[in-house]
Amino acid sequence: MKVNGEQVPLTGPMSLADYLAGRGMDAARVAVERNGEIVPRAAFADTQLDDADVLEVVSFVGGG
Amino acid sequence: MEIMVNGKPVQVAAGTRVSALQVAYSADVVIRNGYQTSADFVLRAGEELTLIRKGELPPREALSHMMAARHSPRVHEAVAGACVGVAGLGGLGSHIAVLLARTGVGRLILADYDVVDPSNLNRQHYGIRHLGMPKTDALAEQLADINPFITVETHTIRVAADNAAALFGECQVVCEAFDDPACKAELVGALLAQDPGPALVAASGMAGYGSANAITTRRRMKRLYVCGDGETEAQEGCGLMAPRVAVCAAHQANMALRLLLGLEEA
Repeated sequence: MKVNGEQVPLTGPMSLADYLAGRGMDAARVAVERNGEIVPRAAFADTQLDDADVLEVVSFVGGG
Repeated sequence: MEIMVNGKPVQVAAGTRVSALQVAYSADVVIRNGYQTSADFVLRAGEELTLIRKGELPPREALSHMMAARHSPRVHEAVAGACVGVAGLGGLGSHIAVLLARTGVGRLILADYDVVDPSNLNRQHYGIRHLGMPKTDALAEQLADINPFITVETHTIRVAADNAAALFGECQVVCEAFDDPACKAELVGALLAQDPGPALVAASGMAGYGSANAITTRRRMKRLYVCGDGETEAQEGCGLMAPRVAVCAAHQANMALRLLLGLEEA
């Protein structure tokens, strides 16, 4: 699949929540668009990824 | 022939030079097409001029015209009818609101639940006299002084996923200006889920005193722009400092302005 413009291999069936956790990302600090549609945080665990998916993962750091 | 001076029609003889008009108005400053000029040119029919006498408070109507005169042509008209939201009125949001007010954005919707405390003064657009005031009130007071010709709507409330759409539903653009990364992500997710909904200009990574050149504006999704260096988090040993926070706020305000003018490129 494609994440933030880069091709990444999908190693097996996994949810969006699994993918983020595997990359060490805190799901509470990201906004994710999948195939052009925003994925609500509540749906991260139920969103099964497909190797044709195009993801945009925007993570935020603190400060303002 | 007729020209416009300070928003009012005025008859002048053909061939009149601006210097003659300057004497008649005791004006120190001449603004022509959004540009302050010291040239002595021959007036053209239909020309719009703003003539300002320094040290004098002009009548309200002329003041509005004089303030708008420094915007590039057409910008004032485009932003005067626009509505922009600012979520969080700390280091980012207070500066964003000031910049947008100066730019003449006609309606600002400002939300923050907190009051001004001494730890805010190192980077936020407040002063000693604002300590203890809700940030909404402290900022509205300053904006009324900076540009009394815009509408400022304040909400002293904690912005979250369940009220974001109701608060900012009428905005063309919303600037995310929170401190907490989870709050940032929550607001962005909530507003992008609205379709149609406002464009979002968020911020991530502006702590410390690293190069200001590392702070950029990037379009990350169709309706999401993110300003900042993307990585410098506020943490122990790396505090938030006025210059970089203000640079990031200015990036956000500029992107909001560009979007209001129909420019979608970051």
